[in-house]
Amino acid sequence: MPQPDLVKESPELASVSDGLDALEQAPPRRRRIDWTAIVAPILVLAAFVGIWHFVWWTAWKPESTLPSPATVGQSLWTSITDGTALEAVWTSLSRAILGFAIAVVAGTVLGVLVGQFSLLRKGFRPILSALQSLPSVAWVPFAIMWFSLSPGTIYFVILMGAVPSIANGLIGGLDQTPPLLRKAGVVLGAGRLQLIRKVLLPAALPTYLTGLKQGWAFSWRSLMAAEVIVNSPDLGTGLGQLLENGREMLDMPSVIASIFLILVVGVVVELCVFAPIERKVLRDRGLSASGL
Amino acid sequence: MTLVDERSAHTEVVPRASVRAVTKVFSQGSQAVTALDGIDLDVTPGEFVTVLGASGCGKSTLLQLLAGLDKPTSGTVETSSQPALMFQESALFPWLTAAGNVELALKLAGVPRKERPERVQELLELVRLGAAGDRRVHELSGGQRQRIALARSLGQGADLLLMDEPFAALDAITRDVLHEELSDLWQRTGMSVVFVTHNVREAVRLGQRVVLLSSRPGRVLRTWDIELSQPRTIEDPGVGALSAEITAALRQEISRHAAA
Ligand SMILES: Nc1ncnc2c1ncn2[C@@H]1O[C@H](COP(=O)(O)OP(=O)(O)OP(=O)(O)O)[C@@H](O)[C@H]1O
Ligand SMILES: [Mg+2]
Repeated sequence: MPQPDLVKESPELASVSDGLDALEQAPPRRRRIDWTAIVAPILVLAAFVGIWHFVWWTAWKPESTLPSPATVGQSLWTSITDGTALEAVWTSLSRAILGFAIAVVAGTVLGVLVGQFSLLRKGFRPILSALQSLPSVAWVPFAIMWFSLSPGTIYFVILMGAVPSIANGLIGGLDQTPPLLRKAGVVLGAGRLQLIRKVLLPAALPTYLTGLKQGWAFSWRSLMAAEVIVNSPDLGTGLGQLLENGREMLDMPSVIASIFLILVVGVVVELCVFAPIERKVLRDRGLSASGL
Repeated sequence: MTLVDERSAHTEVVPRASVRAVTKVFSQGSQAVTALDGIDLDVTPGEFVTVLGASGCGKSTLLQLLAGLDKPTSGTVETSSQPALMFQESALFPWLTAAGNVELALKLAGVPRKERPERVQELLELVRLGAAGDRRVHELSGGQRQRIALARSLGQGADLLLMDEPFAALDAITRDVLHEELSDLWQRTGMSVVFVTHNVREAVRLGQRVVLLSSRPGRVLRTWDIELSQPRTIEDPGVGALSAEITAALRQEISRHAAA
């Protein structure tokens, strides 16, 4: 750039310009915790347990079909203290994390490649959307016939559940990138790869994150479906297997406790991992986060 | 139009941009739109050219061709290096801070990492936003965004700056201030500027030469060399008189379409 010499500008211009800046100053960001968003779900949950207890108290169904909240709590507590719960959570979670990680790599590579060419985008998007709506349990028999009762079956089902959402999220994000930003990148001298890394991927990030979140939810669901069906002692006991073992032993409190654990893991990952990332990304861009 | 400079008599002046017999036809299905037809334009080093024309006459198309974002249907467009381009909307990257946007321009221009923070600060101060570096794009006002976009363009190190109605969306006072700042920067940096607008007074206020384009197809209708001295303001009687003359020509051109 030709270096500007330090010509002094008129003081009047400087003060008008500074005055405009002061007037245009955006109000400072406020950050406060919305307690109602935390308290309200807890109240609803408490009410639900209350109604459950009341229905149990009327003895409308036999104890073996509808145990009391206290019995389920007891069962949950036992499984936590004797370590089976923790072991099952860890087995399932580590499978889900590994499967999801592979799905992120596969989905992202697929998304970036397909996203570069409008013809491929047009071809792939409806197919990926269709795969997204296919319940991943449908892949279980297929996977068993390929991989028999091995971890391969479980990971295959996770991948088929998560990859379409992740790839679709990324492709959708790339599709929605404002042409203006792409032009700005080209004019700034970005090469093809730099354009992808510095402009297109960051622009696609919010939609990509939605895809990742959905991909995680699908990973978790697919894993549970696979674990319930693919139950063999050599595979170790995940939450799905715990659930299925409870059913085999007609142990309703254990079944309900397992469902509870599956739910808790899903919610905790959503709230502790995805929600903060999403909030930060959206806030940085001046977009408001929806929900929590 | 061709520019015959007295200086070219002894030393050949290499233009920063030269547009030769450029025609651009957009064909969408059966209806082909001739946006530009036989445009000739030279921009010499340090020159400030303003391009005027009614809406849809091909001003943006001309800048896109100069910026290399599109190819002419026929004719040639040559620039001495990749020009910088500013849009009506700031086109800042919302995932980066103000400083981050400027830094990306430096990075893509190959400025080493160590030198970047200092250069970023210099550029931000040049547009008088030295304290706003860590602000997010959405926390800046329209005028501030355009100034950051200007800093980003300057960071590119281009010797030709293309501006596509960059101040059209701003209020009058902010626009006045930015006119002053731009004139000032242009004189200090010696870069060439092609400034597109449909505001006649703005064109006369800023430019050394005003190029008036006709509409459908876009042709160079007439050019005016502006002898008025800088610094000038939009209220100067000289600016007013010439603006009246150019406005008359522009209105005549627009009415021609009503008659047809
Ligand atoms: N990508 C495109 N495809 C088809 N037609 C186009 C395209 N871009 C521009 N045009 C047409 O070319 C003509 C010139 O457009 P251009 O955007 O260059 O005008 P402009 O002078 O910048 O107008 P404005 O003052 O409204 O910004 C218009 O008639 C427009 O409809
Ligand atoms: Mg335009």
